[in-house]
Amino acid sequence: MASGKRTLETIRLNAPVDPSRLADLQIGTVVYLDGVLYTGREGVYKRIIEDGETPPVPLEAISNVNFHCSPAAAVDDHGGYKIGGVTATASFRFAKWLPQWFAQTGCKVIIGKGGMSSADYREIFVPAGAVYLTTVGYGTGALLGRGIKAVQSVYWLEELGIAQAMWVLRLENFGPLLVESDLQGNSLFEQANAHINRNIEQLYAGLKAPALGRFGETVDKKDELV
Amino acid sequence: MIATELIEEAAYNLMFNASIRIPSDYENGVIGMAENEQGELSAFVLESMLQNWQAAREDNRPMCADTGLPRFYVKAGNEAQLAGGFVALEEALRSATARATHDVPLRPNRVHPLTRQDNNNNVGIRAPEIDYSFEPAADWLELTTVHKGGLFGTDYRMLFPGDGIDGIKRFFLDTMIAFGKRGLACQPAIVGVGLGGSKDTCMVLGKQAACLRVVGDRNPDPEIAQLEEELKELGNRIGMGAMGFAGTSMVLDCHIEVGYTHTGGMPMSVHSFCLSSRRATARILADGRVQYRSDPRWFTDFMRRNSLSWQAANEHLKQSG
Repeated sequence: MASGKRTLETIRLNAPVDPSRLADLQIGTVVYLDGVLYTGREGVYKRIIEDGETPPVPLEAISNVNFHCSPAAAVDDHGGYKIGGVTATASFRFAKWLPQWFAQTGCKVIIGKGGMSSADYREIFVPAGAVYLTTVGYGTGALLGRGIKAVQSVYWLEELGIAQAMWVLRLENFGPLLVESDLQGNSLFEQANAHINRNIEQLYAGLKAPALGRFGETVDKKDELV
Repeated sequence: MIATELIEEAAYNLMFNASIRIPSDYENGVIGMAENEQGELSAFVLESMLQNWQAAREDNRPMCADTGLPRFYVKAGNEAQLAGGFVALEEALRSATARATHDVPLRPNRVHPLTRQDNNNNVGIRAPEIDYSFEPAADWLELTTVHKGGLFGTDYRMLFPGDGIDGIKRFFLDTMIAFGKRGLACQPAIVGVGLGGSKDTCMVLGKQAACLRVVGDRNPDPEIAQLEEELKELGNRIGMGAMGFAGTSMVLDCHIEVGYTHTGGMPMSVHSFCLSSRRATARILADGRVQYRSDPRWFTDFMRRNSLSWQAANEHLKQSG
């Protein structure tokens, strides 16, 4: 096996996360969580921020960790919940709701897929003192599912459906996650992109352009599309 | 006569197999990639995925919580007889999808595109998709289910004959880079390329090439097989690995399927299957036995229509002309 795993630093944190511990999170650090988090994605954001609805429960009292996820879950015959796998959904789509979300809920940690743009970190995350943890894979659904010890509660299941409802989940050794953005707004994906961009011109060298061009929002292969 | 209940049960079992058990060809391919990956973070991701598939098997839980869009590919032997015909078959596949969604459980992903209404069972208008092919001189029925994510990693472009192999390579790179950054395409994956046909068949060919052929399989046409190797190598030379981190693990394999196309065009589609490549197949024999496997064996000679009676047609023309 490659040598990667041995050299990455690993940290175990309790959620809600003590804000003083966020400074320990360097990009590329592996994180496992215990404690409690809640899920929230476009359905929840829209209700609370755009429609001005009161959160179903005071979020700051539950956790400061928001997971961009909808679990593979089912309601069992006894009215309980069975959670199989858990994976994140791509976070960049939710940037527009986050400034108000951070202000309103005291959220300090976002867990998701793919991270946010550098501008989002600079303009939204850094002022809010928030960090971004990315899931790994993507799709370590079974490992993350193992890390969920119980469904503490679920809100708006009726209104939003299983995929968009707000799930409050109790965790034990929930991971692996990687620190994608730290308190300074540094980004692991940005580092990777810079590395890959150095090779791009060489990759295309000698390949003639197609006869018919296409309208597009960028032609620079080094640009990010998120 | 193949009973509807048997079809429903096999389809239900396939939903479990596909979502929980990573196909061995794919897992072995990723083990090989993890051994060779020099990128520290990319290697960490691959090792985590290998642990994830192990956990899925041990716990009987889905390897990925994004169910993707569960669908069925049906291959019917020309002599197969189904109780209730194909209408009953479709009912059985819909029922199996709904039952398995609750029982695995799978995330109910399927919603109305405008109202976003969710039946909470992955069944709805045109969902699951059911596609058909046929096989001569057979009396069995084969069902394959594929659970593939669908938001990133796919694109289509009309190229022209003069664009040549350069055009194919450029568009391949464009798609890999656009969706590979941040790992949105969930690479490394089996990448399917559709070349030719009309726009819709081009998309279908690329999708089926990605989802219905196994790692290591090569197109029977030696020239196409060589292009498969070249595109695979090209993708792994981008410098990008799992999750878009520096590395070489981008394309686990590349499969190309072609169809005769307009004389002036060369349409191309690119599809990346998931890092959790979820597919499972069952053959239901006429005597009621069911055999499960992970290789769909979808692209037979008959399926590619590359062994039809050309000779006879030409002979016929000569004789009548």
